[in-house]
Amino acid sequence: MAGSPDLAVRKEENSFEHAIRLEHVEKFFGPIHALRDITLSIGKNEIVGLIGDNGAGKSTLIKVMTGVLAPSSGRIFVRDKEIDLADYSVRMAHDLSIETVYQDKSLAEQQPLWRNFFVGRQITNRFGFIDVKREKQVAAEMLLSSIGFRGVGITVDSTVSQLSGGERQGIAIGRAMHYNADVIVLDEPTVALAVKEVRKVLDFIRRIKASGRACVYIEHNLAHVHEVADRLIVLDRGAVVAEIEPRNMSVPDLTEYLIKLQQHTA
Amino acid sequence: MAPAPSLFRRIEALPIIIVFILLLALFMYLAPEVFLRPFIYTTFISTLPPLIFLALGLTFVIGAGEIDLCFPAIIAFSGFTFAILFKQYDLGWIAVAATLFSGIVIGFVNGVLVAKVGLPSFIATLATQFFWAGMATVLSGGKSYALRGVEKSSVYSVLVGTPFAKPDSYDWISQLSIQGLWTVLAVVFLWFILNRHRFGEHTLFIGDSNPVSRVVGIDVDWEKIKIFTLMGLLSSIAALFLTLENKNFFGNQGEGYLLTAIASVLIGGTSIFGGRATIVGTVFGCFIIGMIEAGLVATGLTGAWVRTIEGIVFLVSIIFYFLIDEPQRRAAFLARIGAIKGFGRKHAAK
Repeated sequence: MAGSPDLAVRKEENSFEHAIRLEHVEKFFGPIHALRDITLSIGKNEIVGLIGDNGAGKSTLIKVMTGVLAPSSGRIFVRDKEIDLADYSVRMAHDLSIETVYQDKSLAEQQPLWRNFFVGRQITNRFGFIDVKREKQVAAEMLLSSIGFRGVGITVDSTVSQLSGGERQGIAIGRAMHYNADVIVLDEPTVALAVKEVRKVLDFIRRIKASGRACVYIEHNLAHVHEVADRLIVLDRGAVVAEIEPRNMSVPDLTEYLIKLQQHTA
Repeated sequence: MAPAPSLFRRIEALPIIIVFILLLALFMYLAPEVFLRPFIYTTFISTLPPLIFLALGLTFVIGAGEIDLCFPAIIAFSGFTFAILFKQYDLGWIAVAATLFSGIVIGFVNGVLVAKVGLPSFIATLATQFFWAGMATVLSGGKSYALRGVEKSSVYSVLVGTPFAKPDSYDWISQLSIQGLWTVLAVVFLWFILNRHRFGEHTLFIGDSNPVSRVVGIDVDWEKIKIFTLMGLLSSIAALFLTLENKNFFGNQGEGYLLTAIASVLIGGTSIFGGRATIVGTVFGCFIIGMIEAGLVATGLTGAWVRTIEGIVFLVSIIFYFLIDEPQRRAAFLARIGAIKGFGRKHAAK
């Protein structure tokens, strides 16, 4: 596991066009039709915002994408290669360089940052003993270079509980980037954060793009997602109802559009 | 914002080490004829190992946010396994292996009940505690087994012998028991497992949060099974030491350890909520418990007082850790007793 501190630009080994592509994906929970004929693709270096009302199927969609849930039917391609859905799992998604950052389930509160960086993929000798010195060193490099925590007074020995909400998202995103994820899925990273913290998180999301990766970003707050996303996918009742380029639509127009959508389908 | 780590953070379990030293000084003052002579300490070396082995295992279990109440029954059942195979079937080291195996099996079953069946560990191990203690009683017919002549066996001399003993000599060196060495090795080994091994890290992450552990790719169920299995193994080692040291097996030999082992771990500073665990603290917790038991009797109090005082020490230390480790709780507590004005303080948002 190379601990390269320079994460600015990814190596150009990626000759694929789409990081993830779904074709005609359906998901039923018993009689409930949660996802209806979803066809979408995530380019290899774009930020895609996933928006829609509560219950529109955003969470179900990313769970299908990241191997947590199996779709009822349809096809999933990762880096243009079709996945055998019978085998698809979170573990496999990791192996395929898809990382998910959950709002509050990504880091263990009482553990130091260096352990949080490496847990699950520790640098160990063959008996499973952790190379603490090396892990701390790589974690420190990560803190400085990819997350940019220079001089904030946070060290690799700090526990997660000492961090603010935005910093936590930064650590989790930085970790995903360190593991060379092609796609980083963010599940409402700005929920319950102060304005200043939201700024930080949006900066982290820009870093994902700057480093050549793709990002799928679920968000309730239209202003936030409008600011960073290259493309917005609107879900309603389990179906993709629109794709919007934020640069062609202002936040008030977008809000108006979504309200109309609600009334139209209600 | 991040000051240099304080002394309390740099030295593992420093508060409890200080308490231990103070307590030791107190007993030396109150009962000098006991605590200023070596024999009480050589006695500790032979009597504390079972408690320490149990507490080491519990450090992992509690660190993982679980609890094990089954270990007194493992001491009974594994002790019985050893006694009958060693005495009636004369199996020697095979009896030792079978004893350890019985502990591993019982621990494994506990782990499966907790991790795979999904029972709360409190309930699961309470039930298995009754089951295995009952089995031990049924199989032994409620009898005790005196292991006469056991001290001539290699099992005895390797596990609990006194390597420096000379005939007709009663100085303290000749009283040193070998289980002290095994205990030190186990402590050092398990310290490295908890603090430097993948398994220890997974244990603490599981104690911190099961969902986070799953997201980062820890096989939570399997690690929990391993933790309970380790507890079973260590309990059976405690059973071996206890049975050999007493040269006797009796059915309720583990019962006295339920409170003391759990108390040792928590006094040591391992969090009852999981996520934080300290081997050094646990060992000093055991020293304190052992010292209170011996010391109170030496200072002239009756055995009935021992439990009372242990309860107080237990309670005080839990409150202490509560307030030290969790700033928001401390603030809330101090606010409640009026030391701090201004309520609703969240812990410093940076």
